[in-house]
Amino acid sequence: MSRDVVIVGAGVVGAAIARELSRFELRCTLVEAAPDVGARTSKANTALLHTGFDAKPGTLEARLVPRGHALLTEYAARTGIPLEQTGALLVAWSEEERVAFAGIIERANANGYETIRELSAEELHEREPHLGPGAEGALEVSGEGIVCPFTTPLAFATDAVLNGCELRRSAPVTAIERVGDGFRLDAGGEAVTTRYLVNAAGQHADQLHRLLGHDDLTITPRRGELIVFDKLARPLLRHIILAVPTGTTKGVLVAPTVFGNILLGPTAQDVEDKEDTSSTAEGIAYLRSEGRRIVPELLEHEVTAVYVGLRTATHGPDYRISVDGGYACVAGIRSTGLTASMAIAEHVRDRLGEAGLELRPRADTAAVRMPNIGEFALRPFADSERIAEDADYGRVACFCERVTRGEIRDALTATVPAVDLDGLRRRTRVLMGRCQGFYCGAEVRALLVEAQHRTW
Amino acid sequence: MIVVGGGPAGLACALELRRRGIDVTVLEREQQAGGIPRHCEHQGFGIRDLRRLQSGPRYAQHYLELVREAGAAVLEETMVTGWTGDGALEVTSPSGRETLEADAIVLATGCRERPRPARLVPGSRPDGVLTTGLLQQLVQGGLPVGRRALVVGAEHVSFSAVLTLRHARTGVVGMTTELDRHQSFSLVRAGAALRYRVPLWTRTAVAAIHGGRRVEEVELTDLDRGVTRRVACDTVVFTGDWIPDQELAAGLGLDLDPGTRGPRVDTGLRTSRPGVFAAGNLLHGAEPADVAALSGRRAASSVASWLSGGNWPKQLVPAAIRVPLHWISPNAVSDRYDVPPREHFLLRSSAFLTHPRLEIRQGERVLWNGSLRRLVPGRSASLPAGWITEVDAAGGRLTVTCVAN
Repeated sequence: MSRDVVIVGAGVVGAAIARELSRFELRCTLVEAAPDVGARTSKANTALLHTGFDAKPGTLEARLVPRGHALLTEYAARTGIPLEQTGALLVAWSEEERVAFAGIIERANANGYETIRELSAEELHEREPHLGPGAEGALEVSGEGIVCPFTTPLAFATDAVLNGCELRRSAPVTAIERVGDGFRLDAGGEAVTTRYLVNAAGQHADQLHRLLGHDDLTITPRRGELIVFDKLARPLLRHIILAVPTGTTKGVLVAPTVFGNILLGPTAQDVEDKEDTSSTAEGIAYLRSEGRRIVPELLEHEVTAVYVGLRTATHGPDYRISVDGGYACVAGIRSTGLTASMAIAEHVRDRLGEAGLELRPRADTAAVRMPNIGEFALRPFADSERIAEDADYGRVACFCERVTRGEIRDALTATVPAVDLDGLRRRTRVLMGRCQGFYCGAEVRALLVEAQHRTW
Repeated sequence: MIVVGGGPAGLACALELRRRGIDVTVLEREQQAGGIPRHCEHQGFGIRDLRRLQSGPRYAQHYLELVREAGAAVLEETMVTGWTGDGALEVTSPSGRETLEADAIVLATGCRERPRPARLVPGSRPDGVLTTGLLQQLVQGGLPVGRRALVVGAEHVSFSAVLTLRHARTGVVGMTTELDRHQSFSLVRAGAALRYRVPLWTRTAVAAIHGGRRVEEVELTDLDRGVTRRVACDTVVFTGDWIPDQELAAGLGLDLDPGTRGPRVDTGLRTSRPGVFAAGNLLHGAEPADVAALSGRRAASSVASWLSGGNWPKQLVPAAIRVPLHWISPNAVSDRYDVPPREHFLLRSSAFLTHPRLEIRQGERVLWNGSLRRLVPGRSASLPAGWITEVDAAGGRLTVTCVAN
């Protein structure tokens, strides 16, 4: 089979690129090693919508994050991706940290971000009365927000597929070679040839890069452990609470999630295994001690989940995006990648255009509407009209997260359907709540089995 | 009159209300009412309340029939999702979204086991990590479980998990508890040891779970020696460690008790909000189904007196426990001085105590003191309730202390 563009990796970045290119008259294929879109690094992060106020000025990241923020905010409203502009407060816990505010403001201004402003300790306490003692003041970054890390790549992939992009899941790339003025890949046991190749393989981008004979990229997985607290803790916070960054890390943050929980994390630890998403006793203990300091009452609440994400760290200070002939390498996209994804896609599109990819816009493109799984907007269980149209939206299956049978059915029959429990979780929130399947786990498994006519 | 939750407590409450001629509707979010006993295939249900011995599913069915024959409406697939600002119920069902108001509401929403994340067990997140509740439903639904399971916990329910696993032909590699002995009956433990040859590893913590798609091994730490070892298994069942399903109670702003984590209630099971009662395992986590049912029955008589024009107590005098005690239920006394469910308080300890001497005070005044035979973590002991008439219902909180053991 011959394609114009093959994109390797259906994380948020690969899916965004596939979506962007599918809007043109191109034969595109998006291949993913995992059984689902957004199932690796993209699913496990802090889910922040960054403004880029703290990026290193002059970098590609500093340019693409604010652009991505604007694009994603607009796209989310159009497609139903849960997104809330909560604003962030960067809190100083010592006089020394408060002194660092001047430098942070200066950098924000250099990045073109002007709305940053300083709050006194009193103003901060008024905004966030549950913060721990000792806060000296804060910087308010009102443009920061939270966005659903599950719906975003799924929306991009759905958009791409509806516009004719081929999606192959469970299709790891095992071999790759240059042939003529293109490439031949072996993905999931099937050969594909393509004129252009986009490497968006995330954690494995360096391996793909080496298969093509390059040795100038090393991705070091950096483990980030995060704790999700019960939704009963949600009233404790209104904003994202950021730490004053040190030279090496942005520190531990506390943030609301679009699902109505409170998130605490991440840790930062370099690991060797690109698949090792294990949490550690030390990491959990460290986060709890930080949480106790930042929002003491948080620790009185039950923990709903502990998860681990692997950042795709490189040695450089910036994203690693390069286009060389027909090969685009899009690597080292760190925690800001969720926000920047659509801007990265635009950037890659333009670079590929310069490299000769013909970009003729499609006459008609699909209008995607994703199921809302965020707390902020109306969900099916609370929507009289939806229930009147279809009683299955009135049948709550997952009580903790209020997921209805109608939503589970939709997720199993979507354009990019769920093929396993994790996929069902990310599309509906089912099993993601405080009981972790105590009540509905068997029923949900039965629905999945029934949908797939196969034994679990 | 609305009862939220159609398990043993909610159904027993509705039955008693009907016997007193009160109209009642039970709202049940599951497809079938009956509660947790529906999934407990073993015998042993119904002794205290129905004076007969039945399996869990039979018991649940029996209650449901009694309640329906008595003329109560039991609405299944009907979930209360929250409250309006003035305390009406927001309800979702296949027939739509509605707001329900009632003169009295009994919350009987039950309890759940703490799953792995709530216990902060590190490691990877493979398939095969269950609670007893999930295990029972998987087996009942004919869904596969695994081949070798580790059972975390050594309470009654943990042994019940062993039975369920063996019924599903899943091997049990062992049971672990961080305590220095199991918390069930000696006969139950001996049965598991002899019949299924299940080893019990005491003073043992689950340090981590490892595996890719499926559980591969579990890291266990010997708490006395600090040594860690690995046990191969493909299933881990976290049992017991119950927590009330208190979301609705919290959402209404009811006072919660730090010990039970359920709502604060007086001996007549009145909460801190007029017209709202709470009953069953929502009050304290899992007690046997018949104990929950009798708590529901007790709530019904308080509801009847409220509906016939009774006053709501001006205040609930909280009963606070001191370590090593874990909780007491009911956890308050009021000027109504009602007899508590089954005429006594339930008391739990977080440590094994033999012949503990207990004291209940209000300020400097000792209201009661006495000894119990023993206290076992995870199992309730009964405390007499005669002393409550000595409580100053306008006074300060009560303290329940173990003074010697």
